[in-house]
Amino acid sequence: MSARYVIHHETEYRYDSVVSVSHQALHLMPPTLPYQRCHGHRLRIEPAPTHRVEEIDGFGNPLTRLEIDTPHRELLVAAEMDIEIDARTAAFDLDDSPSWEDAVAALAYRGGHLPTAAALDANRYRFESPYVRWNSDIAHFARAQFAAGTPLLRACARLMQRIHREFRFDANATQIATPVAEVLENRHGVCQDFAHLMIACLRSLGLAARYVSGYLLTTPPPGQPRLVGADASHAWASVHCPKHGWIDFDPTNDMRPGDGHITLAWGRDFGDVSPLRGIILGGGAHELDVRVTVVPVAK
Amino acid sequence: MFDKPRNCCPGPFLPETVERRTPGLASTRLVSPANPMTELIDDAVPPLLNAYHRDPQHYHELFDADGGVRAPWRRMLAAIERADPAQMRARADLVERQIRENGVTYNVYADAKGTDRPWVLDLLPQIIGATEWQHLAAGIAQRAALLDAVLADLYGPQALLAEGLLPPELIFGHENFLWPCQRGAPPGGTYLHVYAADLARAPDGTWWVIADRTQAPSGLGYALENRQIISRAYSDLFHDMRVRELSATLRALQTTLQSAAPVAAGETPLVVLLTPGRFNETYFEHVYLARALGVPLVEGYDLTVRADTAYMKTLGGLKRVHAILRRVDDDWCDPLELRGDSTLGVPGLAAAARAGRVLIANALGTGVLESPGLLGFFPKICERLRGEPLALPSVATWWCGEAPVRKEALAGLDRLVLKPASPSRRVEAVFGPSLPRSRLAELRARIEAEPATWVAQELVDLSQAPVWQRGPTQAQIAPRAVSMRVFAIATGKGEYTVMPGALSRIAAKAAARIVSMQRGGGSKDTWVLADGEAMIDAPRRRELRAADIVRRDDFLPSRLIENLFWLGRYSERGDNYTRLLRVVLSRCIDTSAANTAAFEAALAACRRVRLIEGDTRPLRAALIDALTDTSAPYSLAGVLSRLLWSAGQVRGRLSSENWRGLLEVQREAQALDRERLDFGNALELLNRLLMEVSALSGFALDDMTRDDGWRFLMIGRRIERLQFLADVLACALQQAPADSATLEWLLELADSTITYRMRYLSAPQLIPVLDLIVRDPANPHSLHFQIYELGKHLRRVDAAFGSASAAEFEQMRAQLDALDLSTLEPALFGEPGQRDAIAGTATMLADIAAHARHASDSIAFHHFSHVAAASRATLSA
Repeated sequence: MSARYVIHHETEYRYDSVVSVSHQALHLMPPTLPYQRCHGHRLRIEPAPTHRVEEIDGFGNPLTRLEIDTPHRELLVAAEMDIEIDARTAAFDLDDSPSWEDAVAALAYRGGHLPTAAALDANRYRFESPYVRWNSDIAHFARAQFAAGTPLLRACARLMQRIHREFRFDANATQIATPVAEVLENRHGVCQDFAHLMIACLRSLGLAARYVSGYLLTTPPPGQPRLVGADASHAWASVHCPKHGWIDFDPTNDMRPGDGHITLAWGRDFGDVSPLRGIILGGGAHELDVRVTVVPVAK
Repeated sequence: MFDKPRNCCPGPFLPETVERRTPGLASTRLVSPANPMTELIDDAVPPLLNAYHRDPQHYHELFDADGGVRAPWRRMLAAIERADPAQMRARADLVERQIRENGVTYNVYADAKGTDRPWVLDLLPQIIGATEWQHLAAGIAQRAALLDAVLADLYGPQALLAEGLLPPELIFGHENFLWPCQRGAPPGGTYLHVYAADLARAPDGTWWVIADRTQAPSGLGYALENRQIISRAYSDLFHDMRVRELSATLRALQTTLQSAAPVAAGETPLVVLLTPGRFNETYFEHVYLARALGVPLVEGYDLTVRADTAYMKTLGGLKRVHAILRRVDDDWCDPLELRGDSTLGVPGLAAAARAGRVLIANALGTGVLESPGLLGFFPKICERLRGEPLALPSVATWWCGEAPVRKEALAGLDRLVLKPASPSRRVEAVFGPSLPRSRLAELRARIEAEPATWVAQELVDLSQAPVWQRGPTQAQIAPRAVSMRVFAIATGKGEYTVMPGALSRIAAKAAARIVSMQRGGGSKDTWVLADGEAMIDAPRRRELRAADIVRRDDFLPSRLIENLFWLGRYSERGDNYTRLLRVVLSRCIDTSAANTAAFEAALAACRRVRLIEGDTRPLRAALIDALTDTSAPYSLAGVLSRLLWSAGQVRGRLSSENWRGLLEVQREAQALDRERLDFGNALELLNRLLMEVSALSGFALDDMTRDDGWRFLMIGRRIERLQFLADVLACALQQAPADSATLEWLLELADSTITYRMRYLSAPQLIPVLDLIVRDPANPHSLHFQIYELGKHLRRVDAAFGSASAAEFEQMRAQLDALDLSTLEPALFGEPGQRDAIAGTATMLADIAAHARHASDSIAFHHFSHVAAASRATLSA
């Protein structure tokens, strides 16, 4: 079973005054994963960049760096991709995972013991990062789902459910830089906020959790509800399990991502994998339009 | 399994032995602590040491355990004892004066007295013997090489993490471990170009590493400045004691940066020093080092990255930068890939570094090794990477991320200092011994909650060094806790040279366990004595060939030039406004001159140049505001503060004499205090101020290289003088044209009184006065002279940069040349005719002033407009 999609992700900036130099870092190239293949990818950039470099970033994601030296008042970055996704909600039992304490112990440093490569990789995502900081309230909020001895993935699912149940999706309530502590206090936000909150909760316990940026199907198949966050880029959390590796949780929709979630990039938080991160010289105020469509392709 | 804490290195004393060993030191040889001086007071001890309390808990740099003076100190102490009090006073005065005059400051952000605080330097140096130093220097060089290798591993294969020799918690959990800097290729392979270690001496005499400084170590410039000052205070003794020179260290740094810089064939490397700016606490040192290294001092705005290559924005366009000695912190260096909110960095710099297109010293991300948690891991890593034991011990350190280690640290909490493992925790160090029991329990809970973010360290009882204290009647020597920052410079291929000297720091109190400049301590020069015959091998610098000869500095940042232009304008304005206020105040005091037409005309001139704004206040209040109101942009105080601000922006370009001159101006400006102002005093102050401000123009004429920066400074001065004089002349001609007293002060303003008297031997009259200060090409204050000089400078600028600024002044010159002074003769057309002619001249002068204003704007637009735009971050989901 697999699904195939064509994704259009357009980002358009309109500046009040001329931008003389623009540097942009793009995370808009989907990686190839065991459950995901990219059959085609195109990037349209206007005005044409003076300099363009394709790299792999520190977390293994494809990274495109652009530099535009020609004066401009509009910037368009349009990505088009053709993606095939396998169903990956393999039918394993959430209870069939080690206790969360064992998962923490498997990650923590112990002098005289060699860490496994997987544990070392997971350790990249265990600590505070610019958008994921926590306080005792967050640790306390997390702890309620993590009673002693609870299987890791079971506890994660409960945490996801609780965030979904207690938090209101509100596209206007938060900004990109809204601190997680504030999200917890106000009980509302968008998918990024919920992903950041879930990650902060997991890391406060000593677990490894990363931020996944990606897409959802825009119009659901007949009879199924339209998912929240479908007409923009989406984000969810992933937790590292010593037995099953990285397991994704989407707290915005209270579900485990399957063949409807397209993975674009992962990092410690949004800042590492923002689709378009830029520094401009000049420009004044700006308007930003982001348009995302994900359309299934008939096989 | 292991039974000992693995990340804990043996400190000077482990917690369980602390009680036993520390007092033991005092038990046998030192004199009785209760009355430490009894044995020594009879003949051996000079009166200078009467009050020197030898606390037996500490190591004393000056005395050995038997009370004898240690060998390296003997000559110094003997010389001080021999010196008569007046000589020592003169030395202390010299030190204080040089600090003041050189403007050595250490800025403390939270200091209510303002940002610039004078540097505190003790008259007595710290002295280290040759043999002891040899051992220390070898240990520092080894440690620097080790840390460089650790960085190469962390930003490369990460074998140390994979082999379990370093906990990922301390690396990935540290905010200065920069993911975008992975797999970089630093030119020359070096990460750590400048390394510093903070050392402290424990009671048993051993030196311990307290902290590693790997990011952008500060203090090198202060150490060099300290040396300059102290060696002058003891010139003979300094020579006799064979103190090792420091100058080779800077040369080594120069060589390293130039030889490792990634230059294309035929290019001369351009090295710059990147500073966060003048509000940084160590800005003095950035200026000092940039000058000593002979490299431009730049801020983030002065640089740009294009196609992964760094450039400097200069008046003549973009110039490629090959190496950046940075004093901006790791994550602030690039808003594109590092901290997005940083305005101190350069967008794209991380990528340029990754591509190996620019050398950054130290490499981005080196700050990760400053985590105190790492100290305990270095001994094993040294064995692994270098196959030899770590020579210098570190202070006992417990990283709490491991349970057995944590247990030990928690047991000794009341004796230890607790520090955050990463600065991102924004937690201050907590001193166990100063905490009450309840707070200790609270601290314990905090550590248990997030153990991996805490590091416990032994508190070292610092050794004590003698400091000079000037008493009200008599000077004396007193003990103060001392620590030492030692510097190593990479010389390539993993080798390091260690500067034979240090920045020694002393605590504000005798028995301190921490020494901090921020907490009000002071500093010492550090004398390392030479051994045997050889002094020091000067490392070879890059040979400069004929092709490298530089006649014109192409590397002036545009921002700097803009500030030089404004410095020129404000210093000239300071001069002019001081003269004008002097005219007004002297006539206020002399009651016979008050309320005359000349006085009214001078007041009108004040209004024209906005020294006085608004007409509603009584005269006295208006004048006090004109003198002292710092919030008014055109008051004298306002102009002087702008003058000092723009001077601060270009401090790196000013000679130290020039800078001293500016400090004098600042001191006079601070005396402009409205609470204590009377006009008599103010007049004296204006006289002094005029001397100081005039001195600045002397520096500009005599002291500066004739480069583009100088040219724009002079353009600024000339435009300001032209505009001011034309404005004031126009105003005076409209008010009281033929009044001799008015003409007199006009001559005073144009500094032309003497010339006039010599030429005419009569009271000032309109036509000769106008000839002298408007038309005379030989008078450096005349309008003609300003216009001629501006034309000359601007033609050079136009030729170099394709602008067309000179034309405007050609036009003005033609206007001036057409001025026929004979039309002002009353006999010619009678009085009405003369009045019209005067009014016409006044209009022409006002026109020239307006042109000057316009020319200034167009120069700013043409040459500096790209400076103003600031970068902004954008993020899109």
